[in-house]
Amino acid sequence: MDRNRTHRYRRRMLRAAHLTALFLTMAVICIPGMWIILNSFRPTVEIMAKPPVWNPTFTLDHYRAMFGGVGEGGVPVFSYLWNSVVISGTSTLIAILFGMSGGYAFARYQFQGKSGYFVGLMLFRAVPGVALSLPLFIVFARVGIIDTHFGLILVYVAMNVPFTIWLTDGFFRQIPKELHEAAEIDGCTRWQAFWRVEFPVARSGVASAAIFAFLTSWNEFALASQLTRSVNSKTMPVGLLDFTAEFTINWGGMCALAVLMILPALILTFIVQKHLIAGLTFGGVKG
Amino acid sequence: MTEVTLTNVIKRYGAQQAVHGINLEILDGEFVVLVGPSGCGKSTTLRMIAGLEEISDGQITIGNRVVNDLPPRERNISMVFQNYALYPHMSVAENLGFSLKIAKRPLAEIGAAVAEAAAILGLEDLMDRKPGALSGGQRQRVAMGRAIVRHPDVFLFDEPLSNLDAKLRTQMRVEIKKLHQKVGNTIIYVTHDQVEAMTLADRIVLMRDGHIVQVGTPLELFNQPEDTFVATFIGSPPMNLLDGVVTDAGTVRLADDQELTVPVSARSDVRRGQQVKLGFRADNLSPVGHGVAEEGETAELNLIVELSEPLGTETLLFATLAGTEVQGKMLNPRPVKPGETMTFRLALGKAHVFDAQSTKVVRSI
Repeated sequence: MDRNRTHRYRRRMLRAAHLTALFLTMAVICIPGMWIILNSFRPTVEIMAKPPVWNPTFTLDHYRAMFGGVGEGGVPVFSYLWNSVVISGTSTLIAILFGMSGGYAFARYQFQGKSGYFVGLMLFRAVPGVALSLPLFIVFARVGIIDTHFGLILVYVAMNVPFTIWLTDGFFRQIPKELHEAAEIDGCTRWQAFWRVEFPVARSGVASAAIFAFLTSWNEFALASQLTRSVNSKTMPVGLLDFTAEFTINWGGMCALAVLMILPALILTFIVQKHLIAGLTFGGVKG
Repeated sequence: MTEVTLTNVIKRYGAQQAVHGINLEILDGEFVVLVGPSGCGKSTTLRMIAGLEEISDGQITIGNRVVNDLPPRERNISMVFQNYALYPHMSVAENLGFSLKIAKRPLAEIGAAVAEAAAILGLEDLMDRKPGALSGGQRQRVAMGRAIVRHPDVFLFDEPLSNLDAKLRTQMRVEIKKLHQKVGNTIIYVTHDQVEAMTLADRIVLMRDGHIVQVGTPLELFNQPEDTFVATFIGSPPMNLLDGVVTDAGTVRLADDQELTVPVSARSDVRRGQQVKLGFRADNLSPVGHGVAEEGETAELNLIVELSEPLGTETLLFATLAGTEVQGKMLNPRPVKPGETMTFRLALGKAHVFDAQSTKVVRSI
């Protein structure tokens, strides 16, 4: 009787500690995001107020100004958004095509120096992107592809291909080779066997690789800030810099643009996440 | 007519040779089982016939067509894999119809063929399920259905039953045999299980280390093994083998100086003083009054039973004869206590004599 009570008590305490820890972790992760969203709807004076104002005033001023004319604190939001979509989308598509081919080759074929290539690809990931910015800048300037979609797409494809290869290699490795053999006996060419059997089975893996690649490109700032100049190619993260002036930072405006930047990525991830989880546990083949 | 012919087929992996020049002729409609211990090259041989593995040397023909350089899809074969290899993203019906869809047959024809295969294998209620929602036996049947739908020239089975539990395996074995009787195609079937080989095959091809050891009907392999490997691989329990020497009197002297009058003198190529292995099956060593009445010469032996395995209609008895453990069979069994001495009757007429060195049989002609 007594022991039961202490047991119950301990269990309740553990549960409380568990929830507290969860709450703290989530707070650390979410508060910056919350701060951005909240501040995008508050007047600048309130954002800067010391001591802080606890009852926020709701205003859409920052959004209005952002879409407004240049003189009124406006920025070319649609150009930036368009640039981001084109650059991230295209580079993701290309990176997935190349990465998937590479991952498939690593998973299915034997060739000389295979492990060497693989380690090489992974080493490439270890080089910090910023370290490449100066060499890239010089080369791009000579070739004349500074401030173009093409230039950034090239960089992001190079950044994403190794990671995509690594991810898809793992997914294709999980698919028993008998599947494509069965398809080939059923009348498929090697190519058909891939597209009609192996690709659909690995689809969730490819989708998750695509999401990673897209988010990497979408959020990338360091290289984009060096290699872009104008509305021709500036992406959303670089666009945020428009709100910094010599002596001031327009926090409210920056937050409003940041919200616009987060939204598409958030929506996309939401759409795909169900697919990701469902796909990671396919079980049609008994080993 | 679909004969399958292998002529001097060799498979090399780099410097290593896995299959050493196999010659085999498989007749139209024949059920041939490739059997042997793991690593004997049976699966590799099957995969070469399927086109999934390149042929290093030699020639394979299917229905008078040399298929060496044809991809699997042009060989008109079907294959059932050990892990079934069902397409996990397709329903049972889609799995069954996949090959016809790839061949761009009209929808009505696909539907009819799928329905026919489903009827043969009793899959009608499962058509909309995904493979993930099927039991092992059901997956097995879908895999067979997928093979039937195409009306191939040759069926290939690669250890299709080894992932099933014992009861289901027996059941599916019967279904495969029924299927063969129904469709009558040539079947090449790979297994490591000699019971499957015995029960299914028209002809068994017994392989070891990339060579064919013996080809024959199940009873030929059982009754006339070419060497001690066949004798111990085919049949359960394996054949008892005793060391012995051929005496001047034409008998076989065992290790404990006991002499058995095996009719070896009738065998043409037996030498005096030859080291031999005397082989006999458990069926031919039974306690007096508990065996099949044997004609011909018998020997009576008093043996101490060390262990007994009751199987219902018969009991296996383990004893030591001339320093070697032997197994006998007791029909109409009565309970046996370990350590009990029983008089066994050994049917010498059914005994086999193998050369101790070459392990080949000493022929009785």
